[in-house]
Amino acid sequence: MEWVNIIFQGVLLGGLYALFAAGLSLIFGVMRLVNIAHGDLIVAFAYMAYFVMAALHIGPFTSLAVIVPAAALIGYGLQRGLLNWTLGEELPPLLVTIGLSVIIQNLLLVFFTFDTHRLHAGDIEIASVQFLPDLSVGVLPLIQFAVAVAIIAGLQIVFYRTALGRAFRATSDDPVVAQLMGLETRHIFAMAMALSLAVVAVAGVFIAIRTDFNPFYGPQLLIFGFEAIIIGGLGSLWGTLAGGILLGIAQALGGQFNVGWPFLAGHVVFLAVLIVRPQGLFPKVAL
Amino acid sequence: MSAILSLQSVSKSFGAVVVANDLDLTLGNGEALGMLGPNGAGKTSLFGIITGTLTPNAGKVLLDGRDITRLSSPQRCRLGIARSFQVPQPFGGMTVFENLVVAAAFAGGKRESEVYQIAATTLEECGLGDKANRLAGALTLLDRKRLELARALATRPRVLLLDEVAGGLSEGECEILVALIKNIRRTGISIIWIEHIVHALLAVVDRIVVLAGGAFIADDKPEAAIRHPRVAEIYMGISADE
Repeated sequence: MEWVNIIFQGVLLGGLYALFAAGLSLIFGVMRLVNIAHGDLIVAFAYMAYFVMAALHIGPFTSLAVIVPAAALIGYGLQRGLLNWTLGEELPPLLVTIGLSVIIQNLLLVFFTFDTHRLHAGDIEIASVQFLPDLSVGVLPLIQFAVAVAIIAGLQIVFYRTALGRAFRATSDDPVVAQLMGLETRHIFAMAMALSLAVVAVAGVFIAIRTDFNPFYGPQLLIFGFEAIIIGGLGSLWGTLAGGILLGIAQALGGQFNVGWPFLAGHVVFLAVLIVRPQGLFPKVAL
Repeated sequence: MSAILSLQSVSKSFGAVVVANDLDLTLGNGEALGMLGPNGAGKTSLFGIITGTLTPNAGKVLLDGRDITRLSSPQRCRLGIARSFQVPQPFGGMTVFENLVVAAAFAGGKRESEVYQIAATTLEECGLGDKANRLAGALTLLDRKRLELARALATRPRVLLLDEVAGGLSEGECEILVALIKNIRRTGISIIWIEHIVHALLAVVDRIVVLAGGAFIADDKPEAAIRHPRVAEIYMGISADE
């Protein structure tokens, strides 16, 4: 039963990884932009939540009401003011987002020092439910997982059932033709970035309740996001969820063998998938 | 006939290749204009200049007398300019119906629910009614060409630019499309049609211009235009001097 418990923990953690990955995959799908600063933005939102919680004396869940809209606005502005100008070739967006990553890390270092922080959610952090005699699961990870699945389902609906989603898919297919059909691609790209950052803001706050973070935590989260996408298969949101879960399970099991192994185990599973099934578990390249 | 679209002193070159050299062109309201010219003459580039994907080096593009040279492609689309591509470029990952809904909604600045009817009617008119839920990327060439037209029509254009619609089709398929374009004409939409298949053009257009070397070397009634010596030279390989 101990193993079931560990796997369960891994599944729940994987939901968060899937959220990081969903934000990353969304903007890659719509505008072929690989956002190297993705992880650092997640950490920046965690710090923002830390600041907002202290200033307004609210909990991390309530802070989402401020952080999520702020993240969406930042995403929209970032895309229109900066990233839209880099699109068209492969290299410029990579270089600019690497630069952005360095800038965010160092700004966080200047303002918050290298001290680690954690967001405190109160009693809910230690609450748990007893599923089976030997299997008890934390309420917080359970809520986080449920929210992650709900957000991914929501993104799926946005993509396939709404005007904005059709605009995303049309622009992703052919941005030049999309413009001739009246779609303002600059606005649509900015909406995609706004949605992406709104999603990762939730993920950032959630991970910061579970783990200590510091200004240089971002690149690690970026790697988890990439790994979840590749394991799940490019372009499929449900695949990304599966990828995140597999990564979470691998890390949980690895940590069981040796406290130093969780990340190693995750990377090993990622490499194994790349070797055995390089297209990922559920590939669907066109969004 | 009042002008709906005009090019004034438009010049465009790519390095040493001149595709437009101080060109003037006027499209009358409701007119169907055919455009001939050798490959590489710059016919498709003119469509790029009219739709805003290419910026001319000099000159103006006017719609209803209004200078639209500096407007973006989406803005021009909303003013009523639509084009089709020689190689159909559907949004392949979306259904046929979705292709039309996106075009109609964004070009018209409307909600999707307001354009379902337009999309359905347009599909029916273009002979795609029974294929609405197919994935656009999986259509046959004829159906892709129909979709290319249907999607352009769904934007409710006033000026429709057709780029070699008939190319690559069998004789029978070509007739189907010519009939379709005749119907589009009857709705009052002004058309510029680039086409190498001359008899298809003759069946529809009011006037033909011939573009070569960045200039219009002929601009006349269809029968007269295709008898122009330079046209024979271009299409038959006969030199006008001989």
